Amino acid sequence: MARPSAGLVGSFRHLDSLLEAISRLHQAGYRDLQALSPVPHHAIDEALKKPPSPVRVFTLIGCLLGAATGLVLTIATSLHVSLITGGKPIVSIPPFLIIVFELTILFGGLLTLGGMLLNARLPLVHIVPAYDPRFSEDRFGLWIRCEVRDFDPVTRLLESADAEAVHRVGE
Amino acid sequence: MSDLTYSQVDRDILRAMQAPGRLYYVVFFANLLVLAWGIFAWQYTIYRGLGVWGLTHPVMWAMDITNFVFWVGIAHSGTLISAILYLFRVRWRASVYRTAEAVTVFALLTAGLFPLIHLGRPWFFYWLLPYPQGGGLWVNFRSPLVWDVFAVMTYMIISVLFFFTGLVPDVAVVRNRTTGWRHRFYAFLAQGWQGTDRQWRHYKAAYLFLAALATPLVVSVHSVVSWDFAQSVVAGWHSTIFAPYFVAGAIHSGLAMVITLLIPLRRIFRLDTYLTQTHLENLAKLIILTGLIVGYAYVVETYIAWYSNNVPEWQRFVYQVTGEYAVLFWIMILFNSLVPLLFFVKRIRTSTPWLFGISILINIGMWCERFVIIVTGLAHEYDPYSWGLFIPTWVDISITLGAFAWFFFWFLLFAKFLPVISIVEVKEELPPPMKSTGSEA
Repeated sequence: MARPSAGLVGSFRHLDSLLEAISRLHQAGYRDLQALSPVPHHAIDEALKKPPSPVRVFTLIGCLLGAATGLVLTIATSLHVSLITGGKPIVSIPPFLIIVFELTILFGGLLTLGGMLLNARLPLVHIVPAYDPRFSEDRFGLWIRCEVRDFDPVTRLLESADAEAVHRVGE
Repeated sequence: MSDLTYSQVDRDILRAMQAPGRLYYVVFFANLLVLAWGIFAWQYTIYRGLGVWGLTHPVMWAMDITNFVFWVGIAHSGTLISAILYLFRVRWRASVYRTAEAVTVFALLTAGLFPLIHLGRPWFFYWLLPYPQGGGLWVNFRSPLVWDVFAVMTYMIISVLFFFTGLVPDVAVVRNRTTGWRHRFYAFLAQGWQGTDRQWRHYKAAYLFLAALATPLVVSVHSVVSWDFAQSVVAGWHSTIFAPYFVAGAIHSGLAMVITLLIPLRRIFRLDTYLTQTHLENLAKLIILTGLIVGYAYVVETYIAWYSNNVPEWQRFVYQVTGEYAVLFWIMILFNSLVPLLFFVKRIRTSTPWLFGISILINIGMWCERFVIIVTGLAHEYDPYSWGLFIPTWVDISITLGAFAWFFFWFLLFAKFLPVISIVEVKEELPPPMKSTGSEA
């Protein structure tokens, strides 16, 4: 089923009102919800029943890739030059581990950022119409994508959970 | 702080970003003059060669490497406060971490200049990087100087990522309240941030992992810097204590620099509600810890110099405490390990003038420490016929002052263009607005 392009945005003064609205909408069978808030809150994630972020997988892949790059870079280039310096072996693992360590962190950090941007769909050129600047300040928002015929029952549900205002978006 | 509301936090922190007053412009342009003088001294070095510095055989590393080690050290406290205290869930970090992180980024921008300046021909800096070229020659990965390139560049990149990632939700608030070019600038930095649950979920995960990666990184960076010295066979440098000694010293100097900058920031922007005396007191307590570690390292160094029964080592130590640079040595002992002990007295660590004064003394002491380690080690090596004396010239001093001006140039811009306290993290520390408890946003 195609995702509805239209929806409703409820604005809340209080966190517990938002959580109440999420739980009522879930009970009524509405699953396509997105919360907007000025600060992150575990209670919102728990209420929305979202899975944990996959960013950690990106971090792990980045770290492994960095370590491998460090090993290959140091060993392969040293073998390529094959010049003994300071009486040390051509492939001197202990000093190379420093480069391996730094590249592990560097690649891990870069892929963590990449993973965040990809998963959070950033950067975003156009701000979604559901966004209100107050959701970055002192209000909580709940964006429900639904068919136009559902607007009335959803509005009633939001208002019953003490929504301050309800707007239609994306019609 | 708990009686604040979300909108009050926005208002108070954004107030610091209003158009600056005359004092700001005076300080900014005075600083710019010093910076211009420093740049002139550098250009003079490029034009005339490194001979215009006081470098003299055998002291071929002096003020520039001192400055490099000093500024890399200053960077460390930012990562301690922002990453390590974040992992330990230390609540008071929320108000101070943004400034500390800015100190990290700008100190690294400053530190990174010195190896380039010291090259003499900075346009060949890319020779330090491993890249394929016609001769098939690669960098020597067994050299501590190459480790340094990797460590400092990684630290720079990760610190910048961490700084800007932390800024994104905050600049979204600023974006919503500005117009014109400012709006476009902040909209670019905010990258379309809206605070959806999806964005927060991935953001928090990424922030946690960046903190977790930055923590071992920060320990590695000054260890690697210390190995620039410890890997050599110079008496006074060749020591296994160097890595922990440098890391503790780095955090010591960095904390002092953060206090030096936070005190005027708090006063000028009237942020007393957010940067309370408790925050400064906690930083002072950390300084007691790092000061004790640094003091311990001084004692161990002395003890080992004697106990090793190694003549050059002991001679070098005697020279350090009684020779031409002895004044700097005693300043270092006094300012880094003895003066900070005054913070054991509650009245002193809760008094702003004392905190400010002692933090500046520690900054001076730590700069002297870097100088004493580097210059006395080289000036008094094994053979008496090759002993030498480094005396800085006007060019050395001008470049050093220029580096301070370069750091403050970025810091002054930061203080006016970005939120100096994290809006989001301060809000996170407040109880959320709840209908059930009657608390409002």
